[in-house]
Amino acid sequence: MAKVFQKTKMLTDVPFHYCPGCTHGIIHRLVAECIEEMGLQDQAVGIAPVGCAVFAYNYFDCDMMEAAHGRAPAVATGIKRACPDDLVFTYQGDGDLASIGTAEIVHAAARGEKITTIFVNNAIYGMTGGQMAPTTLVGQVTTTSPYGRNAETQGMPVRMAELLGTLDGAYYIERTSVHDVPNINKTKKAIKKAFQYQMEGKGFSMVEILSTCPTNWGLSPVEALKWLEENMIPHYPLGVTKEGR
Amino acid sequence: MAKLTIYEDTCKGCGLCIGACPKNLLAIDRSHLNAKGYHPIGIERPEDCIGCASCARMCPDCALEVDR
Amino acid sequence: MAKVLMKGNEAIAEAAIKAGCTHFFGYPITPQNQIPEYMSKRMPQVGGTFIQAESEVSAINMVYGAAGAGARAMTSSSSPGISLKQEGISYIACAQLPCLIVNIIRSGPGLGGILPSQGDYFQATKGGGHGDYHLVVLAPSSVQEAADLVAEGFDIADQYRTPVMILGDGMIGQMMEPVEFKEHQSRKLPEKTWAANGWRDKSRPRNIVNSLYIEAEAMEEVNRQLQAKYAEITKNETRVQEIMCEDADYIIAAFGTTARIAKNAALKAREMGVKVGVIRPITLWPFPTETFAKAAERVKGMLCVEMNTGQMIEDVRLSVSGKVPVEFYGTTGGFVPTPDAVVEALMKLKEGR
Repeated sequence: MAKVFQKTKMLTDVPFHYCPGCTHGIIHRLVAECIEEMGLQDQAVGIAPVGCAVFAYNYFDCDMMEAAHGRAPAVATGIKRACPDDLVFTYQGDGDLASIGTAEIVHAAARGEKITTIFVNNAIYGMTGGQMAPTTLVGQVTTTSPYGRNAETQGMPVRMAELLGTLDGAYYIERTSVHDVPNINKTKKAIKKAFQYQMEGKGFSMVEILSTCPTNWGLSPVEALKWLEENMIPHYPLGVTKEGR
Repeated sequence: MAKLTIYEDTCKGCGLCIGACPKNLLAIDRSHLNAKGYHPIGIERPEDCIGCASCARMCPDCALEVDR
Repeated sequence: MAKVLMKGNEAIAEAAIKAGCTHFFGYPITPQNQIPEYMSKRMPQVGGTFIQAESEVSAINMVYGAAGAGARAMTSSSSPGISLKQEGISYIACAQLPCLIVNIIRSGPGLGGILPSQGDYFQATKGGGHGDYHLVVLAPSSVQEAADLVAEGFDIADQYRTPVMILGDGMIGQMMEPVEFKEHQSRKLPEKTWAANGWRDKSRPRNIVNSLYIEAEAMEEVNRQLQAKYAEITKNETRVQEIMCEDADYIIAAFGTTARIAKNAALKAREMGVKVGVIRPITLWPFPTETFAKAAERVKGMLCVEMNTGQMIEDVRLSVSGKVPVEFYGTTGGFVPTPDAVVEALMKLKEGR
């Protein structure tokens, strides 16, 4: 018998601390598989966010940096400008990227920094206990929108893939999902394409990945996949928002 | 023929793999708890496994390994 | 090397280039704009990197990234922008990364004015970010000294893996003085085997540049290491200048450009028959505590002169442990003390008024 599937060598032996059914685990694995398959372990540097993935530096078996909340694209800019041959990627959640770090991601993309951002969008703040995120849907109940997000007083969700897609400096931006195996496979293709474009020196790339947070959504892991498919995809359509110049 | 290896103590019993399996072979094994205190996943008819590895691709914890 | 007439900001930038700085990240703010402008022109000439970041916050995080990857990196700003950088500086200090941060102080607090001030002494030496860390703070009093201290600053940063600040003021930044870029005798510096620049060399461990330590034991150990480092720096790198102190009855304590005014005041006082000397700390951290303590044994009083409402005076008072009276004269708003006003304050101190 031949091995059809085994854990990638780009992940360390440290067990993931994520909640059962959290899609961070799937996304970490896809990123790691891409790096291994592209032979880039020795020249990859990843930047961990502040959020549930704050310990990402324990999981990816390459040089890593921990960034201040929201600042990963700026840190990545510094690294890539110092080590242009490295594969430099940031891994960020919706608070990190779409709230405190909005300026950093917009300008890294506008400057066309040759980095790749993996944006995990689960419409909520996980690590801090389930507060509203810029990506939280109208009507969605969170600990800081206990009556459901009120568009009047709390605004409306932000579509980052589209927003960044309007920037001339951005090279490749795609939104994917990981709620079932076909979409997981599409996500992996998008990540690999993004990394490929970076190594070719094409410019800034981002893959926004719709994800679940069963714990803070108050759903079982399987129910959460359904909720994503039925509620998030209509608002955050899958597909490419920018490719090429 | 195909073989599914389940790393029981890595499994968090999240159940995502159950829906991914096209042959409906997987179920939470309520007969025992793993070292973490979760009911791990179990495969009911291992002989029917086709080795597609959909379960492994769905698993967030790399708890599944597939040979064919 | 010939002397060139240069604006302080530009001399600082050129000195950094000559010291091998390869990455500059900054943002415009008066009165230091000539630093990023000069860098935008010179860095491409020497194959380095210049980025005008989207904010001062972003700039300090770019420094964190480049420094963490092993590059000689720096940023510059002025007071409000330095406030924005505080979180990033605390992270750099905890992650033990080398870098240079230049603050050309403007008047404050708040948005303040664009004229000179020394109001950021507390921010530089007692923080200004969170946690138990220190910046090495170098305070030049001339354009020449600023250029010299830039090269020293980078070496100190690399030797101890620590952020270093050049604390200037609007006068240092804007005035033009002759400057010579001397051949800098670089120290023997350790290799940056800790840098997260891609794990090609498997003889070293996987590098993680980080300041997050959830377990108490781990965080305590980091703090122990930092404190040991700061003790080393205090032992080896404290710098101070003593002017006419040997026979002095009174001491003026001042730093930066104010020290030049203090020296003029001391000379005037001597013409009036009062023996005055000047103690000019060059490192504001580590503070030259011993120098002040020793002087307190001999003199009758000290006058601390600053362009603020009294910041360094607290360290002077701590150093003399109550042995002599320490009085204050200062200016705010962007006003610069005049030698006559300093002499007047000295006489007040002498006459116990």
